[in-house]
Amino acid sequence: MFNEATVIGSVVTGLLEEFSHVVCVDDGSSDGSAAIARSAGAVVVQHPVNLGQGAALQTGFEYALQDPELEAVITFDADGQHRVADAAVMLARVRAGEADVVLGSRFLEGSADVSRLKRLVLRTAALQSRMSTGLQLTDAHNGLRVIAAPVVAKINLTQNRMAHASELIQQLAELKPVLVEHPVEIVYTEYSKAKGQSLLNGVNILADLFFR
Amino acid sequence: MIILVQLVLVLAVIVGALALIRGGGDAKHQAVRRILLVAFAGVAVLSVFVPGLLTRVANLLGIGRGTDLVLYALIVAFMVFMASSFQRARQLEARITKLARRIALDEAPRPDAAAKEPRDG
Repeated sequence: MFNEATVIGSVVTGLLEEFSHVVCVDDGSSDGSAAIARSAGAVVVQHPVNLGQGAALQTGFEYALQDPELEAVITFDADGQHRVADAAVMLARVRAGEADVVLGSRFLEGSADVSRLKRLVLRTAALQSRMSTGLQLTDAHNGLRVIAAPVVAKINLTQNRMAHASELIQQLAELKPVLVEHPVEIVYTEYSKAKGQSLLNGVNILADLFFR
Repeated sequence: MIILVQLVLVLAVIVGALALIRGGGDAKHQAVRRILLVAFAGVAVLSVFVPGLLTRVANLLGIGRGTDLVLYALIVAFMVFMASSFQRARQLEARITKLARRIALDEAPRPDAAAKEPRDG
């Protein structure tokens, strides 16, 4: 998380109702997010400086892997755009042995409530990962994922900033775990809309597509 | 007057080249950079004393004026500089990331033995 003080408390509380261990990677926030997350009951791993979302994800993975009994990691955006219920169902699918990796997708079932332009950007991103990895994904940039521990151990994200989503998909494509997508709903609150990734990111995605 | 300008230019080239030669970097790149620098300094000094030389070289290469040749060389040099500093920035970022992650992991309480670990990016 990076400067999510207004929402992080309720996000952590919501997660703790369903899951016993919540790790919150604080990416050098300056607004007291870390203290709020900690008092809400999460373990906070704090980057001393802001490094970006990809770096935070990798830090979270490495922290979780310190626990030898780690079963699976759920990645869950700190801005409250995911539903805990979706995460629980996705974890159940991993636990049932149905898959090693369950990726959330906004577009698997019906249509998500996103603007046409944003949909185009996300679709392009999915197309890009399909072309470069061969994985048939409908939504490559969804922050909600459940990854089994053995797969997590083999992931090494080096893209600190937004490109990490594509990088993660690429590494998964090479690891070839049993991978399924799961329909999830994104709660587009005014807050997350204001914070959400810029449509300009579509330019980066296109650049990723052509200059790999 | 001409002599004075020549003197200043030559001094500037020598001082600039010396400053750059002393810079860090790994051995191989450093050696290449030094060779290029010496060549550059040589050409620079030569062009100060033989102003027509660059134009003659340019004509030989099918370029109109010596000034254009210098401009092209400058553009190429600038691109190389951009590329190398981009590379360096990336390496630096990777190092800082590792360092910051180590600090973050060391400062956080170790996870107690438990089953699952949902986490929050």
